[in-house]
Amino acid sequence: MIITKKKNIDDVVESLDNRKDVYLIGCGSCAEQCKTGGETEIKEMARTLTERGFNVRGGSVIDETCYRQLVLKEFRKEKDLKDSESILVLACGAGVKTVSEAAPEKTPVLAALDSLFLASVERYGRFFEGCSLCGECLLSDTAGICPHTECPKGLLNGPCGGVADGMCEVNTENPCAWVMIYKKLKAQDRLYLLKKVRPLKDHSGANGPQSVLLRNPKKSTGLEPR
Amino acid sequence: MKTEKSKLQSELTAGRFVVTAEICPPRGTDTSVFLEKARLLSGSIVAANVTDNQRAVMRLSSLACSVLLLQAGIEPVFQMTCRDRNRLGIQSDLLGAWALGLKNILALSGDDVSAGDHRGAKSVFDLDSVQLVHTISTLNNGRNLNGKELRGGTGFYTGAVVAPEAEPWEPEEIKFEKKIAVGAKFFQTQAIYDMERFKRFFDKASASFPEVKILGGILLLKSAKMAEFLNKNVPGVTVPGHYIDELNAAPDQLQKGIEIASRQVRELKKYCHGAHIMAIGQERSVIPIIEGA
Repeated sequence: MIITKKKNIDDVVESLDNRKDVYLIGCGSCAEQCKTGGETEIKEMARTLTERGFNVRGGSVIDETCYRQLVLKEFRKEKDLKDSESILVLACGAGVKTVSEAAPEKTPVLAALDSLFLASVERYGRFFEGCSLCGECLLSDTAGICPHTECPKGLLNGPCGGVADGMCEVNTENPCAWVMIYKKLKAQDRLYLLKKVRPLKDHSGANGPQSVLLRNPKKSTGLEPR
Repeated sequence: MKTEKSKLQSELTAGRFVVTAEICPPRGTDTSVFLEKARLLSGSIVAANVTDNQRAVMRLSSLACSVLLLQAGIEPVFQMTCRDRNRLGIQSDLLGAWALGLKNILALSGDDVSAGDHRGAKSVFDLDSVQLVHTISTLNNGRNLNGKELRGGTGFYTGAVVAPEAEPWEPEEIKFEKKIAVGAKFFQTQAIYDMERFKRFFDKASASFPEVKILGGILLLKSAKMAEFLNKNVPGVTVPGHYIDELNAAPDQLQKGIEIASRQVRELKKYCHGAHIMAIGQERSVIPIIEGA
């Protein structure tokens, strides 16, 4: 799930650039769960913008705003969306991008949210970052705890000198990722993995912008290893 | 290329007790105070460590300041962190450092940008400290990280850092051993206060790795307030209560801090390879610390 947070409303208003006519799009997946882009937030945004003198032409919450076919369907269905002077998207950056691709070229598509991270859901309302989509997964060697993500410095060969009683020097509330990895590997009797010198990471797998094309997706067996 | 060993390397391999001290580059281009402090210390220490944007606070480059020391006839230990450059920048600065005559290098991870004065900066950490030591060894072997042969490699005397008081100790010890495996020849430790624990670390390390030299890190306590600040704010440093009591009871706390540091250096002299004195902002105190030891 992608975690988002609301932008400052003054910044949102400024980005609307004096276009008084605006249509709102939310997302029924991640943004709804984060309480940033569901029905409630669309209504709240509509109220706020109306108070500030905008003409809110309508609002939709699309099931998955990052899915182009669903977005195009909404454009066909909602005349106000197609005709609006501007569109404000309450979804992650991938959602904004998808709407922007689907909208008429003359219509500015604006972002109401900042996208933060790919999250695991610990429980409803509690999200944490466990993967940063680096393109070269280390988790088999690090007991399922990603040092690239959970160590603020992304160190690959063990804790830095700042570890204090097992806690992280940067985020002092968090346990040190490397201490957690150490404890778990030890419990699994696999400390040899920590003793191995880990070579420099190949970042080329995560260099963007990336795209994937599965030819004949129904028969495809996914991307093959490089 | 055959070059003369650095003074630091020669002294350590000759088995003499070596003292180094840390000097921080200026925030700006006026190097007069920096050089004056270095000159003052040069008679008492073997080499001066030049910090690299320490605590993630932007300062004049450690490479440039190390070269300035060299020109002033003072031997530098060029400190390099992984925070501010990627593998291209690191290798090219290492080549530059060697071409300009620097021989001693200390490889560190570096403090996180959130500790410093440019908090919106992007941390790099393309390498970690083990990989940085590996990179230095690779250049020392005349190749770059791609395996390509260099037109002239480096011959650095490579140092790294260990935190003998880290808790838990085992993962830190594993990292220490990895640094040795990839080519670290000397260590300057984080601040030590528990001298018995340090001796246990030293005895074990010097038995397992007799060729590796270890300099115990001595951080000057300028006052009881500073000791309390360290305990609260500086990761990995714990000043025991008895030192704080001692400082509080003293009429001149700085004087007492110097006395404590001297005592620690005196203790190290009995068995250790050397001492690395960190007297942030109080570099002048390094002289009485050494004299008292």
